[in-house]
Amino acid sequence: MVNAVANFLLNDPIGIVILTVLEALAILVPLLIGVAYMTYAERKVMAAIQLRKGPNVVGWFGLLQPFADAIKMLTKETVIPSGANRVLFIMAPMLTFVLAMLAWAVIPMNNGWAVADINVGVLYLFAISSLGVYGIIVAGWASNSKYAFLGALRSAAQMVSYEVSMGFVLVTVLLCAGSLNLTTIVLAQQKIWFCIPLFPMFIIFFISALAETNRAPFDLAEGESEIVAGFFVEYSSMSFGLFFLGEYANMILMSAMTSILFLGGWLGPFGILPVLGPIWLILKICACLFVFIWVRASFPRYRYDQLMRLGWKVFLPFSLFWVVLTAGVLMAFGWLPNAS
Amino acid sequence: MAFLDRTARGLLLSELVTGLSLTLRYFFHRKATINYPYEKGPISPRFKGEHALRRYPNGEERCIACKLCEAICPAQAITIEAEPREDGSRRTTRYDIDMTKCIYCGLCEEACPVDAIVEGPNFEFATETREELLYNKDKLLANGDRWEPELARRLELDAPYR
Repeated sequence: MVNAVANFLLNDPIGIVILTVLEALAILVPLLIGVAYMTYAERKVMAAIQLRKGPNVVGWFGLLQPFADAIKMLTKETVIPSGANRVLFIMAPMLTFVLAMLAWAVIPMNNGWAVADINVGVLYLFAISSLGVYGIIVAGWASNSKYAFLGALRSAAQMVSYEVSMGFVLVTVLLCAGSLNLTTIVLAQQKIWFCIPLFPMFIIFFISALAETNRAPFDLAEGESEIVAGFFVEYSSMSFGLFFLGEYANMILMSAMTSILFLGGWLGPFGILPVLGPIWLILKICACLFVFIWVRASFPRYRYDQLMRLGWKVFLPFSLFWVVLTAGVLMAFGWLPNAS
Repeated sequence: MAFLDRTARGLLLSELVTGLSLTLRYFFHRKATINYPYEKGPISPRFKGEHALRRYPNGEERCIACKLCEAICPAQAITIEAEPREDGSRRTTRYDIDMTKCIYCGLCEEACPVDAIVEGPNFEFATETREELLYNKDKLLANGDRWEPELARRLELDAPYR
């Protein structure tokens, strides 16, 4: 009986489709729950750092707060500004959210557990984050509002600038790992996690991830106290919810990327307890997310020109220099992977 | 030397690390939040809250319609009309405080020569209609009767400073 089902799922075309859908759901449902609880975690952690308790009324310790927030958002009226381009207005948050979900197809939870184990995994992830800029630009444009538009332009320019230095950091990792396949990159870290030899690149990648996801201290484009949500000021109810969730999903994605590229993915420290594979990855993602929130609660916001200067004049030269250094060291000692 | 210092601090992000360690320390501190309706913060005996008209221990109302409180009220929230009572004593027929005009400054309490009008410790008297907040003499006297022990204690505690 079980053999027949397995045969159907693996060989029959319909079976393969069903299997893929199940795999996608297995990634998406926990991810969506994770995104919802990420909002809760952010409020609780930021509150703790500010010496106050966060939400603790809805359910034990406030654990049902995300559901209360979701219900609130769903029951609000969706307002579309009269001059706005309807199609684009509705499409922008969907685009952002879908892209955030799409990227999870290549993230490996354990050896051989990626939904799509393509050989250009890193390139795919990078392409998805570049497409994310479209969501922002379309949102700002479709809102038919000066401030939304300016906010969107700023945000898009910021994301693009930090993607450049992120690209060079990825090149250093690829030099050390020898393949664009994410599973291979994790396996290449069995001797030593890349965050140790490539520590400055780890830091630059993390800070660029902060800028990429419009998180503090780089959140001028959506500065809550300054230009009231920037490019998504005209959005309400579920559209706003989609943007908001898309931002958190992006955060989780960037944490996952950091964990896979630098912190050894599903490998335990010193290779202990390999049976806990996915749990290690989740722990690392949680640690990265904690640092995201920790940084938000600790630092003042960068002004826009300071932010752009940092991206182009500090991170880019430094990561470029480090690419050359890494390549040089690897060649000199003959440690290039796949070297014949 | 200063150049090396700045470069090292910039490269090693030392100020950022100091900041992060401070916030992490605060993460583990005891939180200052009180669980409001079930826990309340401490209030001084001089706290200026809901008004009340007091009585003497024998039951006679203290207010003698001198209208000093009406005169000093900065928001002109107090309205007084006075007439001799049947037994000839000077008393008010109308003593209204408009709690929506009142600025809770306590000047009426300071001005009163007989400690008749006082501001009590109560701040939780929100109503659902505006009319309920226009207190008349009966409401204020009733307040006084309800809160008397607390009001007497507050006056006693603050007397050395007045």
